[in-house]
Amino acid sequence: MLRRIFPHPVLSVTLVILWMLLVNRFALGSLVMAVILAIAIPLMTAAWWPDRPRIARPLALIPYMALVLWDVIVANIQVAKIVLFMPSDQIRSAFITVPIDLESPEAITLLAGTITMTPGTLTADIASDGKSLLIHSLHAPDPDAIRDDIKTRYEARLKRIFG
Amino acid sequence: MILTYALTFAIGAFALALVLNLIRLVTAPTLPDRILAVDTMVVNIIGLIVLYGIQSASGLNFEAAILFAMTGFVSTVAFCKYLLRGSIIE
Amino acid sequence: MLSEILIAVFLVIGGVFALIGSYGLLRLKDPVQRLHAPTKGSTMGVGAVLIASVLWRFFLGDGLSWHEVVVTIFIFITAPLTALYLARAHLHRTLRRQGLPKPANGRLWAGEDLGLEEGN
Repeated sequence: MLRRIFPHPVLSVTLVILWMLLVNRFALGSLVMAVILAIAIPLMTAAWWPDRPRIARPLALIPYMALVLWDVIVANIQVAKIVLFMPSDQIRSAFITVPIDLESPEAITLLAGTITMTPGTLTADIASDGKSLLIHSLHAPDPDAIRDDIKTRYEARLKRIFG
Repeated sequence: MILTYALTFAIGAFALALVLNLIRLVTAPTLPDRILAVDTMVVNIIGLIVLYGIQSASGLNFEAAILFAMTGFVSTVAFCKYLLRGSIIE
Repeated sequence: MLSEILIAVFLVIGGVFALIGSYGLLRLKDPVQRLHAPTKGSTMGVGAVLIASVLWRFFLGDGLSWHEVVVTIFIFITAPLTALYLARAHLHRTLRRQGLPKPANGRLWAGEDLGLEEGN
C-alpha cells in the first residue's frame, strides 16, 4: 500500500526539499503543496522509472558529497595551473578505459558525474553493456594510476553506499 | 569599500570571459566547439545576473538565473542530440 | 568588515575561475581538451559567486536565502551531462573512434553502437 503511494521515496523527499527551497520561506500551505507534488509527480512518472534505486547506506552519501566537493576545488586549481602555465605541446591527454563493477544505473550515473567534476578527468562515453566507462584525461603521464585512483577513491565508496 | 572593488573586478572578469567566449564562437574550428562556447556563455551570463543582484542591492534575480540555466542546458543537449542523431525527438 | 572581506574573497575567486575557464576554451589545442576548462572552471566560478551572493544576503541583506542553493545545485548537476553530450558529439563528428581504447570485455562503446543501430 505504502509502496503504491510512494513508488520512489527518494524522489518524493527530493521534491519536498526542492519545493521548500523554491518557496524560500517556511509556511504550512507550502508544505502541503510540496507533499501533494511529492505524491503526484512520482505516480505520474512511475511508468518511465520502473525500478526503485536501492540505497543501502543513505547517510554515507554526506561524507561522499563532502569528499567530492573538496576534490572539485582541488580539480579546479590543477586544471587552472595546466591551462595557465603548461605549454600546449607538453599536455599529454589520453583516453582511458575504466572497467566498473557497479550494477545500478543510478550509481553509474553518479560515478560518471563525479569523474567529470574531479581532477583533470571527464566521462566521454559508456560501453554498450554498461560495464566500462570511457574517460578523457587532460594531463595523464600515468593512465593506470588515474584508473586505480577512480576505482579506489570513488567507486569503492559508491559500492558501499548503493550496497 | 573593499566589496565595491571586488564586485567591480568580478563583473569585469565575467564580462571579459564573455568576450573570450564570443571570440571562440566566431573562430571555433568545429561545430561542437561552437556549442560549447554558447554553453559557457550561458554559465557566464548566470554569473553576471548574480553579480548584478549584489550590485543593485536587490538580491538575486532568481527567475532570470534559473530560466537561463534551464534553457541553456536544454538547448545544449538538443544541439548535441541533433549532431549525434540528426533529429532531436525520436 | 570581516564579512565584507569574506564576500570579496569569494567574488575574486569566482571572477578568476570564470576567466580561466573561458581562456582555456580559447587556448587548449585538442577539441576534447577544450571541454575540460569550461566544465570545471566556469562552473566553479559561478559557484563561488553564488556563495558570495548567499553570504551578502545573510550579512548585509535581508537574511538567509535558499534560491542561490537551487541554482548552484542545478548548475552542478547539469555540467557533467553537458560535457558528456559534447564529448560524444566530438567523437562522433571527428571520427576518432579508431584511436580509442576498447571497453574491458571487447564490446562497443554506446556512441558507436548508436551509429550501427541506425545503419547510416
